[in-house]
Amino acid sequence: MTNTHVDYQLSQLDQLEAESIHIFREVAAEFEKPVLMFSGGKDSIVMLRLAEKAFFPAKLPFPLLQVDTGLDFDEVLSTRDSWVERLGARMVIATIDEAIKAGHVVDDGKTSRNRMQIGTLLGAIEENGFTAAFGGGRRDEEKARAKERVYSHRDDFGQWDPKNQRPELWSLYNGRIHAGEHMRIFPLSNWTELDIWSYIHREQIEIPSIYFAHEREVIERDGMLLSVGPEIQPKGGEKVETRMVRFRTVGDRTQTGCVESEATDTASIIEEIAVARVTERGATRGDDRFSEAAMEDRKKEGYF
Amino acid sequence: MASTPQTQSSAGEEAAAVTENADLLRFATAGSVDDGKSTLIGRLLLDSKSIFEDQLEAVESTSQSKGYDYTDLALLTDGLRSEREQGITIDVAYRYFATPNRKFIIADTPGHIQYTRNMVTGASTADLGLVLVDARQGLTEQSRRHAVLLSLLRVPHLVLAINKMDLVDWSEEVYEKIHREFTQFATKLNIPDLEVIPISALQGDNVVNRSENTPWYSGPTLMHHLEHVHVASDRDLVDTRFPVQYVIRPKSDQYHDFRGYAGQVAGGVLKKGDEVVVLPSGMTSTISKVELFDTEIAEAFPPMSVTIHLEDDVDVSRGDMIARPKNAPKPSQDIDAMICWMTNEPLKPRQKLAIKHTTRTGRAMVKDIQYRLDVNSLHRDQEAGELGLNEIGRVQLRTTVPLLCDPYSKNRTTGSFILIDEATGVTVGAGMINSGS
Ligand SMILES: Nc1nc2c(ncn2[C@@H]2O[C@H](COP(=O)(O)OP(=O)(O)O)[C@@H](O)[C@H]2O)c(=O)[nH]1
Ligand SMILES: [Mg+2]
Repeated sequence: MTNTHVDYQLSQLDQLEAESIHIFREVAAEFEKPVLMFSGGKDSIVMLRLAEKAFFPAKLPFPLLQVDTGLDFDEVLSTRDSWVERLGARMVIATIDEAIKAGHVVDDGKTSRNRMQIGTLLGAIEENGFTAAFGGGRRDEEKARAKERVYSHRDDFGQWDPKNQRPELWSLYNGRIHAGEHMRIFPLSNWTELDIWSYIHREQIEIPSIYFAHEREVIERDGMLLSVGPEIQPKGGEKVETRMVRFRTVGDRTQTGCVESEATDTASIIEEIAVARVTERGATRGDDRFSEAAMEDRKKEGYF
Repeated sequence: MASTPQTQSSAGEEAAAVTENADLLRFATAGSVDDGKSTLIGRLLLDSKSIFEDQLEAVESTSQSKGYDYTDLALLTDGLRSEREQGITIDVAYRYFATPNRKFIIADTPGHIQYTRNMVTGASTADLGLVLVDARQGLTEQSRRHAVLLSLLRVPHLVLAINKMDLVDWSEEVYEKIHREFTQFATKLNIPDLEVIPISALQGDNVVNRSENTPWYSGPTLMHHLEHVHVASDRDLVDTRFPVQYVIRPKSDQYHDFRGYAGQVAGGVLKKGDEVVVLPSGMTSTISKVELFDTEIAEAFPPMSVTIHLEDDVDVSRGDMIARPKNAPKPSQDIDAMICWMTNEPLKPRQKLAIKHTTRTGRAMVKDIQYRLDVNSLHRDQEAGELGLNEIGRVQLRTTVPLLCDPYSKNRTTGSFILIDEATGVTVGAGMINSGS
C-alpha cells in the first residue's frame, strides 16, 4: 500500500491526472461510441496512459483512431504498435488515400497532406458512427484553444462554432448530441507542456525516440530545420547538415521541423523546456505559421 | 539512431519535481471592459516568465502595426478573432502559469452584464476570485455584481485589485475610500477572505514586484498573495461523498471477479474498513479496498479519482452515491436552488428540462420561480415570474429521480447541477442547491 497522505494534499499533477481520469470515465459512461484520436505524439500517448489508468484492469472501452498520412515517422509507428499491443487496444486506421477514394477529401494537388487529414478524420468519424472523439489538445498550446471546452461540440459538418459554445460548469459535462453530430473531448485541456513532460518523466512513459536528441541530416528552410528524406530534398542553395536535433511535435514529416538539442532523456528535455524561449507550435509546425488566426480557422473546419 | 551517452540533467530533475509537487490554485478574474484585466493577466504571465519569445514578438509587432506607444499585453490573452476585432473578451479563456510553489489556472471571464453566464462558468471551479476596478472610477455597479456572483458561487477567497493607481497619483486616499466602500458592501455577502491590493497592471506595480510608489501599503503584492493564500482547507474532508461514475468489470479470465466502483471523491476520506451506505438503495457494506490504478492506497480524498471495492455483493451502478450510514445526504426530489439562466428563451414555471447532478441524470420540472435576484442591488423581485438570459433567481424544482445532494454552501460538487434543454441539448442553466426534501 502506498503512503498515507497526512495532510490530504494532492499535488497539481495528481489533480490533473484525477481530472483527466474523471473525464475519460464520464465519456465512457455517457457516449454510445467513443474513440481516441491517436496521433502517435506525446500528448496522445499521455492520453492513452490516463485511459489505461481510468479503466484498469479492464481494457479500454473504446478503440483508437489514427489518420495515416503515409508521412508518419517510422519511430512513431513502432511506438504506437508497442502501446497497442501492451494494452490490447483496438485500432482503426483511416488513410488519406481511402478518404480521397471515398470522396471525403479532394486532392487538388495544392492542399497539403496535413490539411487533408481534416476530411479524412471527419470521414472516419462519420463512417464509423463515432459519437465522441478524444483529442490531445491543450489550452496552453494556442490562443484559440484557450477558450475551447473540455467537451467541444461539433455539428453535422464536424465544425466548431467558437461563438456558440455551451457553458461548461464545475465538473458537470454535457454530452448531449443529435444524430450526425459528435463531441470532441479534450482530457488534457488543463495540462501545460511542462506538465506533460513531468508526467512522462514520472511515469516513465514510452514515447517515440525522435523526441530525444539524435543526429540527423537536416536542411534549414524558412527558419525551420527539416529532416532530409524522400519528400524533403535540398533545393536552391540549401545545404544538408548533420546536426544533433530532436522533435518537439511529431506530425507529418514534411511539415514538422526539429530543433537543435542535446537532450537525450526526459530530465534534459524538461530542463530545456523550463528555459524554453519559443512555444512548441511556433517552433516547429509549418502549417500554423500562415496567420495568427490559422488555428482558429482550422478548428472551425474540424481539425483536431 | 545515434548513440549518445545518457546525460542526466539535475536541473531537469529539479524542474520535474517542482512541477510534480506544486499545488494548484484556480482563480477567476472579473472586471468591466477597460479596467485592465487582460493587461493584468498579460503582466502576470510576463513577469512570471510564462510568455515565450514568439508570443511576445507577435504581440509587439501587432502593437506596433496598430500604432501603440507601448506593447499591449492584453493581446496575449485576447484570443478569438471576433474578440480581437471588437477589442473585447467574449468568452471564458483559460490561462496557465506557474511559480516554484504553485501552478495557476486562470479563468479569464468577460465583465459585461450580458456575459454573466460566462463569469458564472469561470467562477464555478475557482478557489479565488479577482475583481478589478479602475482607481479613477472606484466601485461601479459592475464590480458589485462581480462580487455578488463570486459570493453566490461560493468562491472562498476574494481579491479586489485597484488598478491604474498610476493615474490617480498613487493616492492612499483613493485606495482607502474604495477599500472602505467595498468592505461595507461585502458585509451583505458571503466572503470569508478578502484582500484589497493597489496595483498598476500596465507598469507592474504590486503585481509581482512591490511598488515604491505605494509606501503606505503594507499588504502583499498580488503574486505573493496568489502564491500563499491557503486553499487546502477549503475542501470538505469530513462528509464522505463518492458519486459512482463507472463500474469496472473486466470480464477477463485474470480478473474474473473484479468489480470496482470508479469515481472522483467529492467529500470526506474513504478507507478500507469504513462502513458505508449506497444511495439511493440504502444498502450498507464495508470498503474492502481503495485503489488508484493498479495500486492499493490507504485513503482516498477529494479530488482523487479512484476505484472502491466493497465487501458485499450489493447492487451499485452509475448515479449511485457511496456515503456513511450516519452521514449521508437524503435522496430528494423537491429541490430549492439558485439558478443562473443561460439562454435567450426565458425559464418559466412548469417548464421541463433535463438535469445533471453529479453522475445522475434525470428530468426536472419548474414548480415555482420564487424571486429574481437583482445582482446589482441584491433586491429580490417576487413578482418576476420568469428568468431571462443571465438572470439569477430562486427556483423550486421537482425531479423525476431523487438527487443525492447537499447544500451548495456545504459542498460545491454535490450541491451543484446543470439544466439541459432536451430539444437542443444545450446547457441552459446552472443551479446551486439551497436544500432538498
Ligand atoms: N495607465 C494605466 N493604464 C492601464 C493599466 N492597466 C490597463 N491599462 C490600459 O487600459 C486599457 C484597457 O486595458 P485592458 O487590459 O484591455 O482591459 P480589459 O478590457 O479589462 O481587458 C488599455 O489601454 C491598457 O493599456 C494601468 O495600470 N495603468
Ligand atoms: Mg480584456
